[in-house]
Amino acid sequence: MKDIPAPSSAPNPAPDTARKLVEVRDLKMHFPIYGGILRRQIGAVKAVDGVSFDIFEGETLGIVGESGCGKSTCGRAVLRLYEATAGSITIDGTDIATLSQEALRKRRPAMQMVFQDPQASLNPRMTVAGIIGEPLDEHTNWNRAKKLERIYELMDAVGLNRDFANRYPHAFSGGQRQRIGIARALALNPKFIVCDEPIAALDVSIQAQVVNLLEELQEQFGLTYMFISHDLSMVRHIADRVAVMYLGVIVELAPVQDLYDHPQHPYTEALLSAVPEPDPSAEVRKDRIVLRGDVPSPSNPPKGCNFCTRCPKVMDICREIAPETLEVRPGHFAACHLHTHDQTAG
Amino acid sequence: MPDGAAPVLDVQNLKTVFRVRGGEVHAVNSVSFDLRPGELLGVVGESGSGKSVTMMSLLGLLPSPPAEVREGTVMLGDRNLLTMGAEDMRNVRGGEVGFVFQDPMTSLNPVFNVGFQIMEPLRVHMGLTRRKARDRAVELLEIVGIPDARRRLKDYPHQFSGGMRQRVMIAIALACDPKVLIADEPTTALDVTIQAQILELVKDLRQKLGMAIIWITHDLGVIAGIADRVLVMYGGQVAEQGPVRELFANPAHPYTRALLQTMPKLHGTRDDKLRVIEGQPPMLGAHPTACPFRDRCPHAMEICARENPQRRPLGGNHDVACHWDHREAAL
Repeated sequence: MKDIPAPSSAPNPAPDTARKLVEVRDLKMHFPIYGGILRRQIGAVKAVDGVSFDIFEGETLGIVGESGCGKSTCGRAVLRLYEATAGSITIDGTDIATLSQEALRKRRPAMQMVFQDPQASLNPRMTVAGIIGEPLDEHTNWNRAKKLERIYELMDAVGLNRDFANRYPHAFSGGQRQRIGIARALALNPKFIVCDEPIAALDVSIQAQVVNLLEELQEQFGLTYMFISHDLSMVRHIADRVAVMYLGVIVELAPVQDLYDHPQHPYTEALLSAVPEPDPSAEVRKDRIVLRGDVPSPSNPPKGCNFCTRCPKVMDICREIAPETLEVRPGHFAACHLHTHDQTAG
Repeated sequence: MPDGAAPVLDVQNLKTVFRVRGGEVHAVNSVSFDLRPGELLGVVGESGSGKSVTMMSLLGLLPSPPAEVREGTVMLGDRNLLTMGAEDMRNVRGGEVGFVFQDPMTSLNPVFNVGFQIMEPLRVHMGLTRRKARDRAVELLEIVGIPDARRRLKDYPHQFSGGMRQRVMIAIALACDPKVLIADEPTTALDVTIQAQILELVKDLRQKLGMAIIWITHDLGVIAGIADRVLVMYGGQVAEQGPVRELFANPAHPYTRALLQTMPKLHGTRDDKLRVIEGQPPMLGAHPTACPFRDRCPHAMEICARENPQRRPLGGNHDVACHWDHREAAL
C-alpha cells in the first residue's frame, strides 16, 4: 500500500488549521517465524504491512477490523512498544521510530495507552494509589504529598471514590478497573492515548459509562485518541475518522459519517452489513452480505489484493496486483481496484 | 398458553444457589419460562444476570457443591429433569437436548480428532456402529457447511478456525436430532463476519430440522435478527418476556429500555452522549426481597425497596416484573 497523502480537504470536525499530532508512514511490523533444526528464520507474520495515516490534534481516529487484522499490533507499534520493522512514526514532531531508548523514555509521558483487559493490565499486588502513581514515580521527582494530591485528582477525574485509594484491583468491578487504567494513562498529562479495545471486556451497560468518560476527558484535557475496536457501532459513536484494517493493511480511511453512509471498499460494506442491529424490523429488511471463508494467514497473504479470496466483487486484476490507495471522495481513501477501474472506464 | 401447542420445555420457579465461604449467592431466583416446538427463544442479560446458570441448572451441569438447585420443575415433555437419575440425565444431554458453548476452543477436546468427537454421541446415545456413525458424522459436517467433510474428520480442533470450530460444535449438538438446542453465547467469541455466517447457518438449520432453540446472548442485535421471543434477565430473575417485535417496540421494563438506549446505533443520527445505566449490577448475596434493579432504576419508587415485583401480563404474551407502569413515559 502506498502512502496515504494528507487529506487535502478538512476531515470533518477538525478545522483546516488542525495540526497533525501523529504521522505514520508505511509502518511495517513483521514477526519472524523460526523453524528447522538450526532455528533459521523461515518466514514472517506480516501483522502490519505498510500502513500510513495521520491523526490530528484533538481528534479520535478509530481503527476497526476483525481479530488478526493487525489493529492492536499497529497501536502498539505506534507507541513503539514493538520495534517496527520499517516505516516512520512522527509524534508531535519527533520521529520516535529511530529515537534512542533514553530519548524515547523522555517522550513517553506525552503518549500513553489504555489496555483491553483491565484484569491483566493492573498488578494485583499494587494498591490503586500505587498503580496510578507509578508513572509519577518513574517520570517525576515529586514528593509524596504532591504525588498523592495528583493521584486523588486523577481518581476524581475518572470518577473513582478517593476512599478506595488503598484497595487492590480485585476489589473493583471491570468498569471500575478500566477507570483505574485510564487514570494511570492520564497521570503524566499525555497528549496522545492509544485505547486498545478499552471496552471489549465490559458489559453493555458499563461500556457506555467508560466511553462517556473517555469523551469527557478528551474535552477536558484536549486529548487525541487512537481508538482500536472491533465494535463498529461504538466506533461510529466516538471516532471522528475511521480506518478499516484487513490483514495488515488499511483498506479504507474516511470521516466517520462518510465511511458508514458510503463505504467504498467491499470489505467495509460486508463488515457493516454483518453487524446485527437491535431492531427486528430492520433485521428482516436487511440484505446481508455474508462473506465466505476465513481471513487468510498473515504469514502467507494472498497474491494481489489481500481481500481477493473473500471479496464478493473480485476481478481478475485483484488476484495479480495489490490495489493502490486512492482518494475516492474528499478525505475518503480506499484501496480497491473497483475505483481504478471506474476511473479508466469512465 | 395462547397458541395451543404444548411446550417442549417448561421451566417453573427454578431457584439455584451457590454456597460460598461466608454465605450464599442466589444466582437464579424463581425463573419460569417455556419453549414451544420450533421456536427460538432469545435470553438476554449481562454477565452475572443468571442466564448461563439457568441453562446449566436445567441440565444438571453445575458442580454440586457449591451449586444447589433448590426449587423448581423442569419438564421436558412429561418428565421432570430435576428429579431424574444421573443415568437418564446423561441420555437427555447430547440426546434430546443439545448444547453449544461459548468458546469453541475450550469446549472441544484438543487430543481427539473431530470425527471421534462427533461420533461419540452417535455411538453412545444411538448405538450406531462405527461405520454408520462415520457416515452420519460426514453428513452432519456437510449440514453445518464444512467443505471436504470426510477428509476433515481426521483433523484435530486446532486445525480448524474459530468459525469452523463453532460449526463442529453445532454439528455435535445436532448429532442425535435434539428436540431442544441450547446455545450459550455461541457467537460471542467470533468476529462479526464469521458471526454473520453462523447466524445464517442457524436460521437455515431451523427451517430444515425444526428444533426449538434457546439462544443466550448479551447482544440485542443478534436477538433482534434471530429470535421469535425474548427473555430479558437481570440479577438472577426474569425482568421481561415477550415476542421479539413487541419487546423491541414497546419495552416495558426500565432495564430493557435502558439497554436499548445505551447501544450506539449504526445508522441515523449520532448522539452527543451515550445514555448510561448508572451504577453496578447487584450482588446476589441474599434472597431478594426487593427489586434487584432499583438502585439503577430511573423510575424507582418506595415500593421497589419493599417488594420484589412479580411478573404481570401486559397482553399479547408479553409480561414484565416491575412495579412501575411503563405507559407513564414514552421511550
